[in-house]
Amino acid sequence: MSGSLLLAGGRVIDPSAGMDEVRDVLVRDGRIEAVARGVAGPEGIPRIEARGLVVAPGLIDVHVHLREPGAEHKETIRTGARSAAAGGFTTIWAMPNTDPPLDDPAAVGFVREEARRWARKGEGGARVSPVAAASLGLAGRQMTEIGGLVEAGAVAVTDDGHPIHDPALMRRLLEYTQSFGIPVLQHAEDMALSAGGVMNEGAVATALGLRGIPNASEATVVARDIYLAELTGGHVHVQHVSTREAVELIRLARERGVRVSGEASPHHMALTEEAVRGYRTEAKMNPPLRSEADRLAVRQGLIDGVLECVATDHAPHHYEEKEREFDDAPFGIVGLETALAVCIGELVTPGDLPLFDLIERMSTAPARLMGIEGGTLRAGSRADLVLFDPEEAWTVDPANFHSKSRNTPFGGWEVTGRVKRTIVGGETRYEEGG
Amino acid sequence: MTAQGRELGLGKDLIGLESLTGAQIEAILDTAEPFKEISERKIKKVPVLRGQTIVNLFLEPSTRTRISFEFAEKRLSADTVNISSAGSSVQKGETLVDTARNLEAMRIHMVVVRHGSSGAAKFLADRIPSNVINAGDGQHEHPTQALLDLLTIRDRFGAIAGRRVCIVGDILHSRVARSNIWGLLKCGAEVAVCGPRTLIPAGIEELGVQRLGSIEEAIEWCDVLYVLRLQLERMEGGYVPSLREYNRVFGVSSERLGRAGDEMIVLHPGPMNRGVEIDSDVADGPRSVILPQVTNGVAVRMAVLYLLAGGRPELAEDAKVGGP
Repeated sequence: MSGSLLLAGGRVIDPSAGMDEVRDVLVRDGRIEAVARGVAGPEGIPRIEARGLVVAPGLIDVHVHLREPGAEHKETIRTGARSAAAGGFTTIWAMPNTDPPLDDPAAVGFVREEARRWARKGEGGARVSPVAAASLGLAGRQMTEIGGLVEAGAVAVTDDGHPIHDPALMRRLLEYTQSFGIPVLQHAEDMALSAGGVMNEGAVATALGLRGIPNASEATVVARDIYLAELTGGHVHVQHVSTREAVELIRLARERGVRVSGEASPHHMALTEEAVRGYRTEAKMNPPLRSEADRLAVRQGLIDGVLECVATDHAPHHYEEKEREFDDAPFGIVGLETALAVCIGELVTPGDLPLFDLIERMSTAPARLMGIEGGTLRAGSRADLVLFDPEEAWTVDPANFHSKSRNTPFGGWEVTGRVKRTIVGGETRYEEGG
Repeated sequence: MTAQGRELGLGKDLIGLESLTGAQIEAILDTAEPFKEISERKIKKVPVLRGQTIVNLFLEPSTRTRISFEFAEKRLSADTVNISSAGSSVQKGETLVDTARNLEAMRIHMVVVRHGSSGAAKFLADRIPSNVINAGDGQHEHPTQALLDLLTIRDRFGAIAGRRVCIVGDILHSRVARSNIWGLLKCGAEVAVCGPRTLIPAGIEELGVQRLGSIEEAIEWCDVLYVLRLQLERMEGGYVPSLREYNRVFGVSSERLGRAGDEMIVLHPGPMNRGVEIDSDVADGPRSVILPQVTNGVAVRMAVLYLLAGGRPELAEDAKVGGP
């Protein structure tokens, strides 16, 4: 019976139902049938022992770069989806800055279908939802055919990596997307202020002789977008918030009811600009790792719920591309396979965020925020689940990643929390050692 | 490398002064003293580095530093090869990693590297067993320039400790400024910077230097006025409105030097833009030690080459006869 399982005796955490109890979970035909004590699975349904493990709704990452089409040497839809499954994710949003970019329905359809094709062949991973380009060619001038893109499967629009600079275009996007109920995702950065910067502006950049990107580069765009969201009633989602100023702006705007949301990346909560010392290109990303005050603000923003979800900004790059002069190395790190453990270590272990709340930030909240399926174990919902051992300690070894790329600053880290099994639509897409 | 080289604790390479101690820096300057004399001889050659192969890898234009290194190497009898980016495999798109591996495959001893990217010297040093000397990496460090500046200051005042040094100009883009800040602070000097706010990098005070608001204030305060070159492209970058304006506000003129103390000296790393950051009557005037800086450059580079090749500071005088 495909798509049917009994997960027995796990600690079931379902933030959508306020549940944190030892329960059995019965999955039939790809859907959750029951979450209860002492469920007797019907004949022939495989029983999976989950004692000692957390059973939770599958994690959702609304910010992932899969690189296909165009840069398949870094990642493909197949390897990216499998990397996601290995990290406990059951749904990921693929950014449109591919080559060609996802600015027409055929390209958007390709990404969705490619993920499904591998799944049919038994090599699937997480569900892949394409995010379409907001402007043609990501050029920031003409709006894409958003209606057609949504029909082809797009779940949101963004020019991620190419911040939307033109305030009039941003305004139109925030108006026009309301017809489809989708958000505009913004990489908030004023490129003129960043001016070729490669790391956070400040004493560390000064000592290293590297060009800095000031906090104001992010904050000024967030402030502008907040006023445009307020003007239009549209939903702007600020990607990878990295500065204390942006957290504060979002906090104040949400208090007065503006439809602005934000995401926090594990690396902005775990690391600071100090990680760049020694010209470590695996600590080069955009927005850059910031000061300790910023790190604490982003972390607190997630704890308080001002930043509603965790997102990795998984950005694979080939070894050779990172193995070069700091100025010339590309921005970005992979994150799917370390996100859960890094977040447990940074937030749960020190006692600042209960595990229940972390699951909420990594699953239930992004589903609710973006209006998509998932993030719940309620009867009848899609059986997208993760089983993980919240106590198991392990060492991050990039050589073992399922991603095609290894560019992580967390290599060698001793972390806690190990994904054991990831289930998508009742089908096991990842099993540790499997 | 031999054990002696490690005794001073310099390690395999000279990447910057940030990682050195004041004692190590002073020891390098002490080692430079006996080497000064070689350049004054009629036959300017000693066998200190006989049999050593040195590659001068200059991937960014340089005249003074490259020639100074070359003189230092040749006067110590090393075999040298010069590579510049124009016409080399680098221009054909070879990566720095591959360049390094290929050099290493030719069994060399040392690489002197100039590169436009901050961190490039360390990048190279981490990947090859040869000694690497940083001859300027992006906006990071230019340690031998700072060493020759320190030697020049020490020659004049007898000691660096306690002296007040103000670096004037484009601190933001200057590797010379950074190396001097580290070197001067470690040797016990007081350091200030002065220049248009657009060219003073963020967080500079956290390095341990103070900011002075005007050139007049700087001149009154300091024993050493270190004038940086204003690169002409800074105008296009919008950092300063015009060269004329820069000269008006920050130019070092003999009139402004009227406020200086009697002993105050003026340094400049060259090449100078006369009439922009420094007026000719200052550059050629009695306070200028710009040419002694250049002379000291050869001696300091000889000292660095000798030490990284395994030479002991106290044996430098003898080494001039026999080799390290």
